[in-house]
Amino acid sequence: MMSQIIFILTALIVIALSVRYYGRIVQNIRLGREIRLKGDVTWRLKQVLLIGFAQKKMFKNLLPAVFHLFIYIAFLITVTELIEIFTDGIFGYHRFFASYLGWFYTFIISSIEFLSVLAFVATLVFLSRRNVIKIGRFWNPDLKGWPFRDANLILLGEIILILSIFTMNGADLVLQGRMPEHYHPAGPFLISRFFESFFNHFGTNTLVILERTGWWGHILVVFGFLLYLPFSKHLHIIFSFVNLYFTPKNQRGEMENMPLITNEVKSMLGLSDPEVIQNAPEQIPDFGANDVTGLTWKNILDAYTCTECGRCTAACPPNITGKLLSPRKIVMSVRDRAEEAGNYVRKQKKQSKVKTDIPQTAVNDGKSLFDYISKEEIFACTTCNACVEACPVHINPLDVILQMRRYEVLTNASGPSDWITMFTNLENNGSVWQIPAARSAWIQQD
Amino acid sequence: MITNISIPLMADVHSRGEKPEVLLWVGCSASYDTRSQKIIRSLCKVLNIANVSFAILGDEENCCGDPARRAGNEFVFQMLALQNIQLFNQYQIDKILTICPHGFNTLKNEYPELGGNFKVQHHTQFLLELIEHGRLKLNPKKSSSLTIHDSCYLGRVNGIYDVPRKIMEALKIEVVELERNKKNGFCCGAGGSQMFKEEEKGLERVNTNRAREAALTGCKTLATNCPFCTTMLMDGLKDLDKEDNMEVRDIVEILLDHI
Repeated sequence: MMSQIIFILTALIVIALSVRYYGRIVQNIRLGREIRLKGDVTWRLKQVLLIGFAQKKMFKNLLPAVFHLFIYIAFLITVTELIEIFTDGIFGYHRFFASYLGWFYTFIISSIEFLSVLAFVATLVFLSRRNVIKIGRFWNPDLKGWPFRDANLILLGEIILILSIFTMNGADLVLQGRMPEHYHPAGPFLISRFFESFFNHFGTNTLVILERTGWWGHILVVFGFLLYLPFSKHLHIIFSFVNLYFTPKNQRGEMENMPLITNEVKSMLGLSDPEVIQNAPEQIPDFGANDVTGLTWKNILDAYTCTECGRCTAACPPNITGKLLSPRKIVMSVRDRAEEAGNYVRKQKKQSKVKTDIPQTAVNDGKSLFDYISKEEIFACTTCNACVEACPVHINPLDVILQMRRYEVLTNASGPSDWITMFTNLENNGSVWQIPAARSAWIQQD
Repeated sequence: MITNISIPLMADVHSRGEKPEVLLWVGCSASYDTRSQKIIRSLCKVLNIANVSFAILGDEENCCGDPARRAGNEFVFQMLALQNIQLFNQYQIDKILTICPHGFNTLKNEYPELGGNFKVQHHTQFLLELIEHGRLKLNPKKSSSLTIHDSCYLGRVNGIYDVPRKIMEALKIEVVELERNKKNGFCCGAGGSQMFKEEEKGLERVNTNRAREAALTGCKTLATNCPFCTTMLMDGLKDLDKEDNMEVRDIVEILLDHI
């Protein structure tokens, strides 16, 4: 009875904290401006199935893709086990489904065990890729400090989870022989059967404790993950699917249009309808983005989806040739700033005791995205789309860069001096270069 | 072989009450850069040979706006784009052929949002159609090989990888792929308006990196489909002192050799 109460209380606390933490993330994402997302539901679901569940873009790099697949499938299947853990935890049963499902139960748990072994191997491989082999994209300056520890913590958590499963099942198997009235027959399971002789060495009391430790270890790691994810890159296990669903079906080469500027230019060229001029806003807004409020909410969702794998940065030509720009860092900075801005707004709201939604106006804490991302970074981009192509979950770092360029050039009237000259040439001669010859002069030469 | 190339101006063609099969969009590079002018002249020659009626806008043409838009200057972009669209509509143009993948991308993917809907083709697409429709008589030479650099805006951005390779197949030229090819192709360093400013501080230039990779193939020719890539990669090879070992040529120039 006592353990039921503890379980229910723990679960309730975890749920309450989750609502709070995940709610904050939703608020932070909503700091971004609205965007018209192209593409219908069918197309979106296709992205979720093909790129998400089938991991199509992961398989460009076979080795990590296969090991990632192990952990991913193990995760999906292990989620089903939570149904039983919750049933047992709340009602005080032991392996509630075993007697109802019979051989199918053995099959399910054996599958979980099989995948857990694969996931275990994958976790060791991933740990060694980060810490022993030191793959370049994991040792890039972007990951210095917390992000690097974050990655290792997750892998460690996975190891504890897997060890818990085998401790639970192994001890349980022995206990089934010793105390059949409580530990009714289930299994033996595919992998834990081999641990029977090992667990046989222990006394019954120790085994009972080991079995419970495994059970609680398992669920506590799951609860821990749930509460840890909002502060970790590992949020991608949930957000990848969400992000894929909300990916706009744009052509890659199509930058978002700015209708306000279209109206302005049309009226300059004498092309606009009188109606448009009448509806022009009185105050000219900032163009482009200098903060998360200027970015779209999809850009911020992108940032929360990023698991910092660095495929984008490893493919980025300026980064490869030693420039400061790193697409992964751009995305990570958006998340950091969204956190900071969101916390600031919540604090303000608490102090003023206003019960409205977070306003989508600028966050006036005196900081901006440019405190995180330098001009040197945004101006180095060749817009080659290698980062966009590389991301396995359709994150678009380029979109952020281009919106920040727009802010710097349009709102700040600044930018690299060569570009200022180019803009002048384009305005005056309709050509990127200042060349006295006529545009058609080349026809005459031979 | 045609020695005098005929390059009609749209204004003249229009005033005769005629309408060409395609409008040839020249772009800034081919208009002003001497190396790129050779490419556009080659294209005009091929069009003449295939009896394609075309015209160019000449002095009426403006930059497509890609460098302005990608540098963040939406205002200048829209000014150029709206004027170009107005001109296209004035001449009732429905099919446009571009020599530069940046113009191709901007006209095809970005003008529709501003009300400009035209059938836009990159010159390699158009050339492949001419070959497939038998409008060009090819004269494949004895076995040769080259390597191909996919421009970002034709390749990764618009997903066109097979067109340049099919042309090579038709010319019976073997393609030696670069290590980073197609979707994983490496930028020449010109995109995103980098062509028009100095690179940021780094270990090396982007074009040098790509040129080194190309030189490693040992091929004598590096085929391109973008005038900016051509310039960048020639400069890159020069930096490496490899300009005598490898020639950088647009696909239309290679095609012209085989007619």
